[in-house]
Amino acid sequence: MATAIPVLPEPQARALASAYAAAVSVRRWRGAAVLVTIILLALVSGYLAHVRPVTLIANIGNFGSFIGRTIPDFSSGNVLADLRAWYWNFPAWLGLLGQTILIAYLGTLMGAVAAFTLCFVASANLARSRWSRVGARRLLEFCRTVPDIVFALIFVIAFGLGPMAGVFALAIHTTGALGKLFAEVVENIDMKPVEGLQATGASWIQTVRYGVLPQVAPGFASYALLRFEINVRGAGVMGFVGAGGIGQEFLVAIRNFYYSDVSAILLMIIATVIIIDLVTEQVRHRLIGFEGTR
Amino acid sequence: MSEIATTATEETGRGRLSAAARADLAGLKARHPEAFRLSPKSRALAILVPLAIIAVAFAAMVALDFSLIRILNGLSRLGRFAVLMMPPAPEGRFFVFLGALGETLGIAFLGTLTAALFAFPVAFLAARNVIPNIFVHFGTRRAFDVIRSVDTLIWALMWINVVGLGPFAGVLAIACSDFGSFGKLFSEAIEATDGKASEGIAASGGSRVHQVRFGLVPGVLPVIASQVLYYFESNTRSATIIGIVGAGGVGIYLTELIRVLELKQVAFLILMILVTVAIIDFISTRLRLAIIGNKKIV
Repeated sequence: MATAIPVLPEPQARALASAYAAAVSVRRWRGAAVLVTIILLALVSGYLAHVRPVTLIANIGNFGSFIGRTIPDFSSGNVLADLRAWYWNFPAWLGLLGQTILIAYLGTLMGAVAAFTLCFVASANLARSRWSRVGARRLLEFCRTVPDIVFALIFVIAFGLGPMAGVFALAIHTTGALGKLFAEVVENIDMKPVEGLQATGASWIQTVRYGVLPQVAPGFASYALLRFEINVRGAGVMGFVGAGGIGQEFLVAIRNFYYSDVSAILLMIIATVIIIDLVTEQVRHRLIGFEGTR
Repeated sequence: MSEIATTATEETGRGRLSAAARADLAGLKARHPEAFRLSPKSRALAILVPLAIIAVAFAAMVALDFSLIRILNGLSRLGRFAVLMMPPAPEGRFFVFLGALGETLGIAFLGTLTAALFAFPVAFLAARNVIPNIFVHFGTRRAFDVIRSVDTLIWALMWINVVGLGPFAGVLAIACSDFGSFGKLFSEAIEATDGKASEGIAASGGSRVHQVRFGLVPGVLPVIASQVLYYFESNTRSATIIGIVGAGGVGIYLTELIRVLELKQVAFLILMILVTVAIIDFISTRLRLAIIGNKKIV
């Protein structure tokens, strides 16, 4: 359905075209400047990070053959026996995987409890003194910025090798991460119930218990579950520094080139992480939908 | 409400209302029974769920060999470490640390950039409004999930086998694990766009490619840019630890110094990391605000 569009008179068209060109050229220049900055930064970073594209191209085949070698031999005759040979150490690995999940669970729980006690002090609308608020915020920031595995390195020396160090490392990092999110939830609440309670002469603790907690509980639970998901991944690598879980076994397998073990353990980790993702997602949807808040 | 608040505040009038209410508690209960009673189901949940959480926690502590003696010994040792950390001092290795931090930033920047460049085109495959074929976008999504569920440190171990020890393996590791996260986030951003722009382009005779280029890309680019900046921020943190497995950056020094208990240098290095991360946070928050304003990402 082609309809003829009337052509504008020459001077009007030229004015419009030049205005358009001017508007576009400003954006083009800005885009080019951003692009040049990114390329320069990338070159500097490439120099700093010793990027060697030649090595990559020369060795990219290794990655393929590495993946290829991790695939176990399967003969058509007895798949079951091959499977058993591939997962020869299945009960031990399953135990370590369970340990990994427990590390994540305890770390999340301890961190959530600590974050819970700190977040009311750290939130702008409930904190009673400015100094306690600033102090709590700085503490949370410190816990959040130092990576969990650095804490694990120190704790392994202090508490000895084993899952306990991993639990405490995850707990401290979780405190920082959840404390910030919890404080944000608390800052977004409706203040009317709080004011109502204060008007009846309720103490600070009573105000928090009856005015704030019912509003924030679903949000807190949802964030804690999300953190659990992240911590399962984190607990999987705690073993790299000797802090328990399946990581130790994986490190041994990959360092000693036990190829089929690498793929077997990796598949188990991936499956666990995905299953836990799916389950917590369901629970979180129900939590949020159930309460109707947030 | 409990009796905690029975302080002598009657003179000021603050507690008078609560005192009056408490005096008439029986009457209030009779008149508003629903405010004082939970339904049996929610009462059962309120008791059972915390009980289950605590029971599992205790079982976990037993399973993970928690012992009070080890905790107390560990705490006293940690206290001694804290004393040994004071005062933080570089002990002549300031420039070595600075170089390693530069390497760390390089790893984070290049890793994030590579991941974003590769994830951007692939994310369109995972977006329902671009590729309506369910097998393609569902399959791409699951592939992203699998890549995402492998930790950066595990990717680093695998890349070390390919390109050898060093920061380059770190770049590739961050690029790989972020490829999964970016793919998921980008495709969600693409699906959240308003379809009107593409419809307009289709109506004026634009092809499918035109619709994506002029209808979708301008809408998602700011969101994507802010997500990339956010990940750069978080990758500066991950890049500090990637050296633990030998993939470059400041983590190598951190591991070695902790192992040999050079705690003054450890404390100094951690301070340097905190300052660097704070600077990067500041810059990227500013840039994000300039790009999308005060909106929440994701």
